[in-house]
Amino acid sequence: MSEQIIISIGREYGSGGHVIAEQLAERFNLAMYDVNILREIAVENNLDTALLEKYDEVPKKRFISRNVRGYSNSPEENIANIQFEYLRKKAKKGESFIVVGRCSEAILKEYKGLITIFILADRDVKINRVSSIRHMTEAEAEATMNRHDKKRKEYHNYYCTGKWGDSRNYDISINSSKLGIDKTVDYLENYIKERKKAL
Amino acid sequence: MTAAILAVIIFVVMFLLIITEKFERHIVTLTCGVLTLVLVFGLCMHSVGAIKDTLNVHSIFTLDFWYHSGDAVESSSGINWATIIFIAGMMIMVEGMAKAGFFRWLCMRLAKIVNYKKTALFIAFMVMSAILAMFIDSITVILFLAAVTVELAQLLKFNPIPMILTEVFCANLGGSATMCGDPPNIIIGTSLGYSFGDFISNTGLIAGIALIVIVIYFYFAFRKEIKGNGKTDIDISSLPKPEDAITNKKSFVISCVIFMLAVVLLITHAQTHLTVAFIGLFIAIITILTSLGCVGEIMRKVDYKTLLFFIGLFVVVGGLEETGVLKVVADFIGMISGGSVMLMIAIIIWVSAIASAFVDNIPFAATMIPVITSLSQAVPGADLRVLAWALSMGTDIGGSATPIGASANVVGTSVAAKSGYPVGWGTYCKKAVPATVLVLVVSTICIFVRYC
Repeated sequence: MSEQIIISIGREYGSGGHVIAEQLAERFNLAMYDVNILREIAVENNLDTALLEKYDEVPKKRFISRNVRGYSNSPEENIANIQFEYLRKKAKKGESFIVVGRCSEAILKEYKGLITIFILADRDVKINRVSSIRHMTEAEAEATMNRHDKKRKEYHNYYCTGKWGDSRNYDISINSSKLGIDKTVDYLENYIKERKKAL
Repeated sequence: MTAAILAVIIFVVMFLLIITEKFERHIVTLTCGVLTLVLVFGLCMHSVGAIKDTLNVHSIFTLDFWYHSGDAVESSSGINWATIIFIAGMMIMVEGMAKAGFFRWLCMRLAKIVNYKKTALFIAFMVMSAILAMFIDSITVILFLAAVTVELAQLLKFNPIPMILTEVFCANLGGSATMCGDPPNIIIGTSLGYSFGDFISNTGLIAGIALIVIVIYFYFAFRKEIKGNGKTDIDISSLPKPEDAITNKKSFVISCVIFMLAVVLLITHAQTHLTVAFIGLFIAIITILTSLGCVGEIMRKVDYKTLLFFIGLFVVVGGLEETGVLKVVADFIGMISGGSVMLMIAIIIWVSAIASAFVDNIPFAATMIPVITSLSQAVPGADLRVLAWALSMGTDIGGSATPIGASANVVGTSVAAKSGYPVGWGTYCKKAVPATVLVLVVSTICIFVRYC
């Protein structure tokens, strides 16, 4: 049986992190987990997918939340924990996979085969990318980007000790605008191959 | 004056820290309690007497603490050790019952009795939630009811959220009916010397009327959801059997007997003169003696943090009381009500309810007890008992309005969300706010009609 590898990809909004994760999943023939975790859980348990997705990677609203004996009323926190538990189970079973976001670099850190990557990009490149993909003006794209990054940061930093995007928390942090998406994927593919050899 | 300002600052900081949840709430109240003792009583007041009165340890060593020989009324100032000992005793009893599988068995049994019919389940679980919460803390009641509701919902394919929301509401309502149902009532009862009978014949009656109204309201509010989805052709034999919930038959029987004994002792404590502190300790000792094999496990599950939270809280509130701050609050309420007892009652019910909808109702109730005591002394015609019932209904019911208003709400919505049924503020408040207002209106009318 081959060694387990889990590739965790954190990303800035508009950096192409999700596309990079998809291409890496294809090249290494790995399952990729993102919001689809909630879809799978919903199908397995006959739950409302749209309702679960509403709270995907959404930061906890602290001032309208309360904890009692380890129980929290926050739907955001409970949905986050459901996803963390799902990933832990997959990892415990020995599965290899790629996971986008969801604090995976922290919650799966005990696994030897974990490779943690953070994708960032130059601000203007991200704005251009978002405005072309989402058909927005540059101002709208910038506002969307800021909003999403703020949410991701708050979400991540609530559950993890290390800060979102801080290079010290990841094995490799890479600016996708320097090489472009495809070459960044090539670079990461080589890096992952080397890491696999070292396992 | 400096002592009063400092006591207020410590109280406000404590409240803010509890709300923000930056630190665990028992750490917050204990730290603020120590600050009150050192800064307010020690540094500003130089009063060893105030420290002694607030710590109130001497009360434990008096006969009256365990056995009411006369009409003695317990002091409202300082640490209310009777509340702490009673809650600790009930926690130990409840852990013993949970370990034996009592709660799960009861829920499954009831579901079987109503033949797993959705409408009947919906109403039966509401009523059971209210009845159980009269004697057992609402967190435990909801923990088990909500878990079984989710399990049944998955088996019978229906949305459990309406049922969980109504169970939570009824647990809070049931808790308001008795002296031991909700922490504010335990504090009110032990502080002002009221018995189980006093509560059941006053707040209990109001809660009973409100329960009928609220079951009708919830039935109409959720009738589409109850009747809408779900299977009707269920193979009942495939569902979990109630007996399977029992982990140990001997422990189960013993825990049932202990529970019945606790209920009987509480109902008759005005006649037997045994105080709730005695009942709490007695029940804890019996539970421990009959569960010698698993005492460690039971004791580890006791929520010590809540007990420590109470101790710190009583000290901080004692600071406000000793420095005369609560007397000022009472005078203010007396002034704005213009001597009208009805207006005063309305203010107490509705302000307590609104505050309890957003902040923990325990500190609020503990703070308000000295306030209503002062009011009853200062305003002619203001009966302390009536103000106490108003405070009890306001704090117990107000908490039902929002997902964070009471502990049962947090636990219920959490159990639902962990099972894949997240409940946001919108979903919760849409049904809970009108229900809360409805019960508060019923309570206000009942108090006006009966006592004014």
